[in-house]
Amino acid sequence: MQSMEDMRDAYGEALAQIGEDPRVVVLDADLSHSNKTDIFRKKYPDRFFDVGIAEANMVGVAAGLSLTGLIPFINTFSVFAVGRVYDQIRISVCYQKANVKIVGTSAGLSDAHDGATHQSVDDVALARVLPNMTVVAPCDGIEVRKAVRAIYEHFGPVYLRIDRMPVPFVWESTENCQFKIGKANVVKEGSDVTIIASGCTVHLAVKAADLISKAGVKAEILDMHTIKPIDEEAIIRAAKKTGAFVTVEEHSVIGALGGAVAEVLGEKYPTPLERIGIKDMFGESALDWDELLKAYDITVEAIVDAAKGVLHRK
Amino acid sequence: MHSQTTIRSLEEKALAIRKGIIEIMANGKRGHLGGSLSIADIIAALYFHQMRIDPKNPNWEDRDRFVLSKGHSVLAQYVTLAELGFFPREELKKVKKIGSILQGHPDRLKTPGIEASTGSLGQGLSVACGMALGAKIQGKDFRTYVIVGDGESTEGMIWEAAIFAAHYKLDNLTGITDQNRLMASGSTIVGSLVPKWRAFGWETREIDGHNMSEILDALDWALTIKNRPVMLVCNTIKGRGISFVENNVDFHHCALTNEQYEKALKELEKGGKK
Repeated sequence: MQSMEDMRDAYGEALAQIGEDPRVVVLDADLSHSNKTDIFRKKYPDRFFDVGIAEANMVGVAAGLSLTGLIPFINTFSVFAVGRVYDQIRISVCYQKANVKIVGTSAGLSDAHDGATHQSVDDVALARVLPNMTVVAPCDGIEVRKAVRAIYEHFGPVYLRIDRMPVPFVWESTENCQFKIGKANVVKEGSDVTIIASGCTVHLAVKAADLISKAGVKAEILDMHTIKPIDEEAIIRAAKKTGAFVTVEEHSVIGALGGAVAEVLGEKYPTPLERIGIKDMFGESALDWDELLKAYDITVEAIVDAAKGVLHRK
Repeated sequence: MHSQTTIRSLEEKALAIRKGIIEIMANGKRGHLGGSLSIADIIAALYFHQMRIDPKNPNWEDRDRFVLSKGHSVLAQYVTLAELGFFPREELKKVKKIGSILQGHPDRLKTPGIEASTGSLGQGLSVACGMALGAKIQGKDFRTYVIVGDGESTEGMIWEAAIFAAHYKLDNLTGITDQNRLMASGSTIVGSLVPKWRAFGWETREIDGHNMSEILDALDWALTIKNRPVMLVCNTIKGRGISFVENNVDFHHCALTNEQYEKALKELEKGGKK
């Protein structure tokens, strides 16, 4: 079995699979090659629509389609999927509970070459604050496949966030990965510190946990694939168990996973927390995604340091 | 051509809509008066003649769809939906009161008969395009109608939708522009709309949006157009039917004094006797 998979490939295949349901309609804004919606396009050309470079209209059209009973999946890069069309999502999708699935690819810094204009540091925070919205950020190709089916079966607005680069598998098989919207997945049990990660950073958390285990620190890892509704129960259970937290995400530390966990802990079970992510700044171009993650301190080493640091605050 | 009886009856409906709008605004309740009055004739033609709807079965799959993209003019629609029996007339007294099913802008989840929640301008045309495309995908023959404001047509999203509808040949979509030439703060800046819609590939006709006969003929004509969406650019008067409200942007969103209220109703009574 391959050790890595581009989440977009997994997404494209999963989307084509649920296309068996004639209610599934796919829209793309001139990025179908990159978003891998091409696979669906080839299989179901009558239910694929390229709207051109017009994301706002894509959101409105999807809302209208859903009101006739169809299940539209709309696709563009994460940086355009929410912020660029925020009011369209707020009113035409969320306010009227339209059954629209918004898929943002090339999330976070993963479009390294293109720089800040194509990197999404705020999309999850923006989506999360909208009433009626569900926000999902799977961690690998296997979880992407599970997530696509789950959001298709879920009635209501969803924002699905996926990366563009090959990401190591966290899960060994689809059987091995349980996926329920709003239920965190325990990747590894531990008793000293809880590392909560989402998206492509979960595999970094796994490596960090292995490293600190050599120093005798038992880290628990939660794969928080659903950022809204956040799994409060899992967070509180972990807080009682380990009493120290690190969150990791490829997103601004403001308002998304780190923010959501801080809100739960602050209100329900005050516990020391360190947040790893992009620190209230835009991205930049780099020739290599890993290089960029290093520059923005989203690394195994940073997680190890944060985990050690937060232990001292217990 | 439609019979004089049909035309006369729909003119009466339009007049009743205008009276209903004023009645909602009794006791100083604020409302988007000007734009609601300018679409009253079009709304009457659509709901009491043109559209295939069943008030007893508002979720009927094959019903025609209507989207009020200029959602602030919803008072005209509320009066109409109540008259048709989508909800009791009593509800009209509760417009915008907390807990009411009748919000300041259309809310499809609260109000029976409302097809799309609108109010943030520019979005309704895209939603209507989605409905029209949805009909085509599912092989259904319902038609989608949408009213867009001329002020609203300054929004870029309108023209994204215009490109989309023409490209995907949405000939089951009838667009209607309420061209009253005024936005909230003065004259619109959108310029000539007819050449714009034609340039965007829409079959376009300019009509008098207060002439029932012209409205009905244009709605019928739209049904004959194939492979293109249709836009009816309707010349209207903001505040139509009440002398001191007509073409006066002070009444875009306003409250009426008791004196203005009485005068408005009196003028509408007279309008009915011509």
